[in-house]
Amino acid sequence: MENNVEMVTIHVMGKKHGVPNDLTIMKAMEYAGHQFRRGSGCRGGYCGACATLYRVKGSYKLEGALACQKIVEEGMYIAQIPFNPAEKITYDIEKVRPAVNTMVEHYPELSRCLSCNTCTKACPQDIMVMDYVQASLRGDITQAAKLSFDCLTCGLCAVRCPAEIVPYNAATLARRLYAKYIDGPSKHVIDRAAAVEAGEYDEGIKELMEMDKEPLQKLYENRDVNIHG
Amino acid sequence: MRIAYYPGCTLKTNAKNFEDSAIASAKELGIEMVEPDRWNCCGTVHALVKDDVMHHLAPVRNLIRVEELKEADKVDSKQVVTLCAMCYNTLKRSNQTFNEDADKKQKIHDVMYKEDIKYSGNVEVLHYLEVLREIGWDKVKEAVKKPLDGLKIAPYYGCLLLRPRGIGIDNADNPTIIEDLIEALGGEVVDFAYKQKCCGAYHTVHMKEAVADLSHNVLKYAQDAGADLLITACPLCEYNLGPRQTQIKKQYPIFDSIPVVYFTQLMALAFGLNDGATAFEANKPDPTPLLTERGLME
Amino acid sequence: MSSFGSNLVLRMNPADKVFKDRVNELSGENVDLCFQCGGCSSGCPMTQDMDYLPSKIIRMAQIGLEEALESRTIWTCSTCFNCEVRCPRGIDVTAVMEALRQMVLRKKHNEVSLDDLSAEELRELPQIAIVSNQRKLTA
Repeated sequence: MENNVEMVTIHVMGKKHGVPNDLTIMKAMEYAGHQFRRGSGCRGGYCGACATLYRVKGSYKLEGALACQKIVEEGMYIAQIPFNPAEKITYDIEKVRPAVNTMVEHYPELSRCLSCNTCTKACPQDIMVMDYVQASLRGDITQAAKLSFDCLTCGLCAVRCPAEIVPYNAATLARRLYAKYIDGPSKHVIDRAAAVEAGEYDEGIKELMEMDKEPLQKLYENRDVNIHG
Repeated sequence: MRIAYYPGCTLKTNAKNFEDSAIASAKELGIEMVEPDRWNCCGTVHALVKDDVMHHLAPVRNLIRVEELKEADKVDSKQVVTLCAMCYNTLKRSNQTFNEDADKKQKIHDVMYKEDIKYSGNVEVLHYLEVLREIGWDKVKEAVKKPLDGLKIAPYYGCLLLRPRGIGIDNADNPTIIEDLIEALGGEVVDFAYKQKCCGAYHTVHMKEAVADLSHNVLKYAQDAGADLLITACPLCEYNLGPRQTQIKKQYPIFDSIPVVYFTQLMALAFGLNDGATAFEANKPDPTPLLTERGLME
Repeated sequence: MSSFGSNLVLRMNPADKVFKDRVNELSGENVDLCFQCGGCSSGCPMTQDMDYLPSKIIRMAQIGLEEALESRTIWTCSTCFNCEVRCPRGIDVTAVMEALRQMVLRKKHNEVSLDDLSAEELRELPQIAIVSNQRKLTA
């Protein structure tokens, strides 16, 4: 024990370390002396760079996690997957349209899906990966877009897939098609942009820019943080 | 009657006409086909080697979905009906394997630990034709408003509705179930020698010339026997016999095209359903000129 | 009879028996039951594109000829089960074909590749065709 913090034993790429039990895998690896040159990004659970596989002693289960989010456990055996080799095929989003076979046309490997759910088990974001792959296979682009919303393209699903599918690439296409052609442009964005271009906010911005620091600071501190409906 | 309905991937894409016409015509017979919110590709083919567990996951998962529907009281029984002959064959066979092989059952449960329930093994897999036979051809006949008078229909069974032994919905050598349906709809049955001969199946992807040869035989025998059109129960057969006719024409220039439709589309036609239920727009070659000429369509 | 003096004995090499046993194990069938009636071959829709007839493949399995794995026959089979239904000895010939395919596929062999399909083909082919094609013919 160090400074009254409980320690746990973990193995990083085969080497044993004792680390405080309240650290994330990423911090624990740095505590143990590793310096991240790959496999680290936003450190905030959003970029997907720190894809990690681990097992816990006594269990055969292979788990996926984001190193910057997952807290260490006693007996963790850890390895990082800093990169997954995958081809993100090129297409012109202006030309592609959502049709029933658009997904299979661009990512034919989708037809190899075995519905084994290994991808879902590997996902650190608790996404139902198998379900969005299946939705893509049968041309339900809306469903694929909605189910894959939280995807960070960390690559763990692709690394584990026995059918050699790269789910996150297909999901990206689904979301792009959904946003551009199915859901369409956001009315509130268009309306707001029009208002800006019409000069409705010019006065207010001018006022803020000419304000002195103290009244500006006060204005900021007293701002309304509730979300307006 | 509310029955669980398993569509299969192709029924949502190339074979949407199969689904639309089936659901509409089923309604006329008092059948509500209830699709699970969540389902996956069945895998199309049954794993024939004995050590394979992986390829049973997909079908068994779908059977769990059926049980979940029953638990939620959205259907009346643990039966599931499919339209696609390949889905029927795959689901039924994996169901059997699951129930007969305790070791595989255990392994399947182990891998599928994320499912909320363990599959009980009690789902009954049916093909829609079996459901119709069960309801009774009289009942089907009662629903007919526009009998298919004078329409000479060749029943094409293909492989997986009838084979292997023990799985087929009818006698593999001498089936009559589609003939019974044709008669109930008021059509004229055209029996022909190639009604259970393979269309070439998945070879259509990389050996389309061989498929064109086989399909040409099937179509030609039906034509020679006097058929106006063929009906089928499998989206792969429909693709090989229908859209593949462009390939057939390349190899057999004197071949005359002949329409191929799903049996449910003729049901919808005979039941007098108009609002897009027959869904003939997607069929290649187009059956509407023939049907219009026969006074069966406006 | 014995004056014709046939001392020819066909003895199976232990290695050949391993091959036959593996085929039997994977398919769950007993290829020794086959008495070469040819019923499977007569009902097979794909024979014009095969190098060996299905009944010949069964014979090869019986005598442990691994050459069966190099045939075009096992890949030309369309899994129609006509042979299974017709076999008078109840052999699931389709399963034997699949066992032979699996013995090759499990050595990292892919008979077909999605990479060879054009965008147009992928747009037009129904899922049922591509999925079954991949399941039967790839690792």
